[in-house]
Amino acid sequence: MSEEILNVSSLKVNASEREILRGVDLKIGKGETHVLMGPNGAGKSTLGYALMGHPSYEVTSGRIGFMGEDLLDMTPDKRAKAGLFLSFQNPVEVPGVSLLDFLRTAYEQKGERISLLKFRKLVKEKMQILNMDESYLERSLNAGFSGGEKKKAEILQLLVLEPRLAILDETDSGLDVDAVKTVSVGVEHFQKETEGSLLIITHSTRILESLKVDKTHVMVAGKIVDNGGPELVEEINASGFEKYLKE
Amino acid sequence: MSDREKTFVDDIDRELYDFRFDSTDSYRLESGLTEEIVRQLSKEKNDPGWMLELRLKALDIYNKTKMVEWGPDISGLDMDKIDTYVRSNTTMKGKWSEVPEEIKETFERLGIPQAERESLAGVGAQYDSELVYHNIREDVKKLGVVYTDLESAMHGEYEQMIKDHFMKLVPPTDHKFAALHGAVWSGGSFVYVPKGVKVEIPLQSYFRLNAPGAGQFEHTLIILDEGADLHFIEGCSAPKYNVANLHAGCVELFVGKNAKLRYSTIENWSKNMYNLNTKRAICDEGGKIEWVSGSFGSHVSYLYPMSILNGKGSSCEFTGITFAGKGQNLDTGLKVVHNAPETSSVVSTRSISKSGGISTFRSAVTIMPAAKKSRSTVSCQSLMVDDISRSDTIPAMDIRTPDADVGHEATIGRISDDAVFYMMSRGISEEDARAMIVSGFAENVSKELPLEYAVEMNNLIRLEMKGSIG
Ligand SMILES: Nc1ncnc2c1ncn2[C@@H]1O[C@H](COP(=O)(O)OP(=O)(O)O)[C@@H](O)[C@H]1O
Ligand SMILES: [Mg+2]
Repeated sequence: MSEEILNVSSLKVNASEREILRGVDLKIGKGETHVLMGPNGAGKSTLGYALMGHPSYEVTSGRIGFMGEDLLDMTPDKRAKAGLFLSFQNPVEVPGVSLLDFLRTAYEQKGERISLLKFRKLVKEKMQILNMDESYLERSLNAGFSGGEKKKAEILQLLVLEPRLAILDETDSGLDVDAVKTVSVGVEHFQKETEGSLLIITHSTRILESLKVDKTHVMVAGKIVDNGGPELVEEINASGFEKYLKE
Repeated sequence: MSDREKTFVDDIDRELYDFRFDSTDSYRLESGLTEEIVRQLSKEKNDPGWMLELRLKALDIYNKTKMVEWGPDISGLDMDKIDTYVRSNTTMKGKWSEVPEEIKETFERLGIPQAERESLAGVGAQYDSELVYHNIREDVKKLGVVYTDLESAMHGEYEQMIKDHFMKLVPPTDHKFAALHGAVWSGGSFVYVPKGVKVEIPLQSYFRLNAPGAGQFEHTLIILDEGADLHFIEGCSAPKYNVANLHAGCVELFVGKNAKLRYSTIENWSKNMYNLNTKRAICDEGGKIEWVSGSFGSHVSYLYPMSILNGKGSSCEFTGITFAGKGQNLDTGLKVVHNAPETSSVVSTRSISKSGGISTFRSAVTIMPAAKKSRSTVSCQSLMVDDISRSDTIPAMDIRTPDADVGHEATIGRISDDAVFYMMSRGISEEDARAMIVSGFAENVSKELPLEYAVEMNNLIRLEMKGSIG
């Protein structure tokens, strides 16, 4: 494996006092793209939240190593600064905070000051990749955005922030064919331009069509029950999770 | 405010920093406000005879009127020593060293230059913004607009106009502090915009903030003739510190037929201040008054700008925000009287309370029998930043015609944990995330303000939100 970015070992996570993740192991190397699949309720989003440090998800045991650091002691903002990114399944609406202000504030957390003019230019370039109209910049963050627009805005953040590892939680769910394509183009751009790693949580192959996939993992009931290459995605697509559930 | 023109005063006579009383100090009396004090003030101001009369009448009313008792506690105001509040207005200077640290720090963070800070704190030499002010005045003068201080205007060709309007909208009988204001008012602006004149640039009272008495008993009188259009901005976000802690200003706005006035205010009083300000507008047929109001600072505030929609089709829009932090009890709101057919009022306010602050929003909408086919919508949203703060909404509606459409909605919310987490997941600290969310909540006001004021207001919110965690 190439240089290690993420190393999750024996991770157990509780939500509302109930054990959701029951010992998860996962390693992701630099520039690698991993796909995480699994039936609804398996704990995929929980893994994303736990990695990002959501306070509702309590890590009861195990480790999360990220680029040689221990993430568990860090608040979510520190984890983001360390290079972790989570694209939310349901991005939150923040009225009154414009997408532009939000993006710029987030960008500047990396320690780089940038003039508004320069930043606008940078963002506009990324927006073009995503077929996003510039007018979104002045709108309140996610407020009144359609499902597809919210997901595009997430990918825009991904492209602007250029994290080391991005977890995309069902970014393609509920989108029409064209929107999935656009999102996929954005992700491909991230993959090619930044050498960033990806953990893509998805139920479909559409978003993966133009992406190079290195590994696939299957999660059932809070555990990773199978690992494989890109071919595993096709397999599951054809026959579902039945064989894992029977076991 | 950063790119506003400034003149710097580097070296200020140290003497100015010391408290001192002019020789007029000899009129000092044991307690209370007396006729002598008012006469003396009037003489110093070189009032015309009718103004002295008005002051004395107001004094009489003041002495006969009971103290305000229905709102937040103002017993910290020692009315027996009211003369010191009045006198400080013209003759008392404070010491820079006595200006509270938190105010100095705020100046620092807002990037206000030292000379201006001292002036805002009421301890410096007169901050010389006369040049900027003068240039603006020359520009609008060409349009026939009068924009000057009220005191000198009383001696010019507008004397009669002032006499006809001064304290006609807010009579001294209105309440005790209106009476006090009538007796001892000092400083302030007079604006007259002639028929059909549209003033493109906002006029800002900021330039006169440093006049003696400004920020204490100042009077603003604005008259818009038929079809005129003006945006007037009062105040700035820098906290104003006064050795005397009473502010009882008065604003009277006359909006003529089909005229439009926007009156924007950002007030940020020092946290020892009792802010008992009275603001009122009256609109003729088709006239429109737009209030944009940000209330920050002060220990206690009573502030309810009133709009009287007196002509057919006249209207009012009110957009406001109140931020009550630790030790603050801010009682704000508005009143609208619909007194003619087809009038409309649209009210949108936000209130934020934090660290035990109390924010009360009162609205009083009256629809008179004559106001057929009138509409009013009032919406108030409150945000409580923590569990120890308070926020109340007290709507009152008095509808005297069935032929009116009146709506009211109020919501109370908290900062969403999911929103905070979302922002943190992008590298933004919890404190900054919360401040951004609160600024966003205040957007109804900031989007109505000129950019530099909006930026200042956001800075102010950030400052208020500092240390709000834990
Ligand atoms: N905050 C929470 N509180 C309580 N239960 C939760 C919480 N979040 C997730 N769960 C539960 O954990 C399980 C896994 O959920 P989730 O991680 O969203 O699954 P997936 O993303 O794989 O569909 C579900 O049973 C869900 O109800
Ligand atoms: Mg999920």
